[in-house]
Amino acid sequence: MTRRSRPPDDSGDVRARVSGIGRAGDPPTTVDRIPSGTRDVLPDEMRELRAVTDRIRAVFEHAGYGEVYTPALEYEGTFARADTTGTRPAYRMFDEQGNVLVLRPDMTIPIARLVATRYPHTDLPLRFCYLAHAYRGVRPQRGQSREFLQAGVELIGSPAPAGTAEALGVLCAALDAAGLDSYSIGLGDASLYPSLLEAVGVPAQRRERILTELVDGDFVGVQREVHELGLPQDQSDLLLSVPRTRGGPEVLEGLSGALHDAVSGMRELHALLAPQVAKRIIFDLGLVRSLGYYTGAVFQVYDPASGVPIGSGGRYDELLGSFGRPLPAVGFALNVERLHIALTGEERGRTR
Amino acid sequence: MSELRIAVPRGALFTDTLDLLDRLGIDTREVRENDRKLLFEQSGIVTMRPSDVPTYVEAGAADLGVTGKDVLMEQSEREVYELVDLGYGYCRMVLASVAGEDRTAEALRRLGVVRIATKYPRIASRHFLQTGRQAEIVEVKGSVELAPLTGLVEGIVDLTATGTTLRENGLVVREEIAVCTARLIANPVAHKLRARTIDRLLERLSGV
Repeated sequence: MTRRSRPPDDSGDVRARVSGIGRAGDPPTTVDRIPSGTRDVLPDEMRELRAVTDRIRAVFEHAGYGEVYTPALEYEGTFARADTTGTRPAYRMFDEQGNVLVLRPDMTIPIARLVATRYPHTDLPLRFCYLAHAYRGVRPQRGQSREFLQAGVELIGSPAPAGTAEALGVLCAALDAAGLDSYSIGLGDASLYPSLLEAVGVPAQRRERILTELVDGDFVGVQREVHELGLPQDQSDLLLSVPRTRGGPEVLEGLSGALHDAVSGMRELHALLAPQVAKRIIFDLGLVRSLGYYTGAVFQVYDPASGVPIGSGGRYDELLGSFGRPLPAVGFALNVERLHIALTGEERGRTR
Repeated sequence: MSELRIAVPRGALFTDTLDLLDRLGIDTREVRENDRKLLFEQSGIVTMRPSDVPTYVEAGAADLGVTGKDVLMEQSEREVYELVDLGYGYCRMVLASVAGEDRTAEALRRLGVVRIATKYPRIASRHFLQTGRQAEIVEVKGSVELAPLTGLVEGIVDLTATGTTLRENGLVVREEIAVCTARLIANPVAHKLRARTIDRLLERLSGV
């Protein structure tokens, strides 16, 4: 392959071979670049992506989730209503009147706005799905882009645990239909570790520091912070072992005290899951909120053929309230391009 | 074949890391006997520069890796789990300048900005930002000690183990920025999907 024929970033290497465009030849006479982290999709890839999204859309529709589309541009104020930690709008522009517009960083907040304004009095629950692009400022890298296609659902007005179980069922059905074999779903609770820290009496400022280390994946930092608290040995051990606890339903058993109560929600949810969903679940007590508006159950989709999660979701029981319609809600979004990479990886027998 | 793929850094941490893997029951003889080969299927070891370890682990091309805290600090945006402080490879990240009157202090007082040469531009920028001082960071690839001796900069930010190289070049440590040791890191997805294998390894690690 010549240097020129290889796109500067993204997953061009694999795709180029698939579509036969990686052959060395006469270079084009002019090369107009596109922004890093964006890309052109050519027919071979588009056909494969479309096949995946068609199957996912059919699953969503069959489960009663009506497809919606919202504008890619929204007023900045819409996103200012919510805690957008982890999903801050990266691109801003002015309209003709000087209002600030943003490119949507996810679909959940636009749909929360849509529910509050278009469905103020409708019977519940509401079920919506989407296949739409979202925009984030990220490092261009394999499977990570500024503009990315999300396939997801939002279930509004259905509380835990039944609503969460329904969303997990739809998620597994969509992945099965897409043809992904070896996936697992990590399931945790965004409120579990914060409430555990509170229960053992860690002051608020210290809690924040420990949670920051945990969100960064720095277990050495968590250990340092916890040791500095000077807690009794058993409490200290508990705070260090919980974030590392992950596995089958057995990790929910044999717990005592505050932790026993904290995982009761996860046990109730587990009892509601269909067997084909339950077998995919990895209970993960260390899973913390990836997005600021998550309140309860949070989950991530893993596959051995992908080094990064290919989708995520969770409960956001307080988000709709900030749009004037307090309703419990849950949803998830799959990153279609990452899912496609995982599918091609599984095809080639990639296990890591 | 090994269940886990482990990224092992060549260089200063190489021997200590292989010794540790030996104690964990991973056969490293082939790696020790062969300094050209990079991928060892039998033991699951891949060898690379320390600064490449987070790249491979983040992408999932390796499940686990060993690298210095200095590398992790410099590449702080990498999405990897930092599991264990392995304790060896002790170094300090320091600000140093030519012995005698501190030229970095003089530059800050009289010029308002200090020029700093380093291989760690982000650690250096962060340190001066956090201490409320203005610095112009000059990134160099080779021997950083040369930069203040030739007048390119007033000070350097660099990693030092014993301080010998600094001393031999007439430099003295002015500030300590961080203490760095070897860390065991993991790919977040592998940490979930290969939980049992990784936890067994960690248990053996805390036992040795």
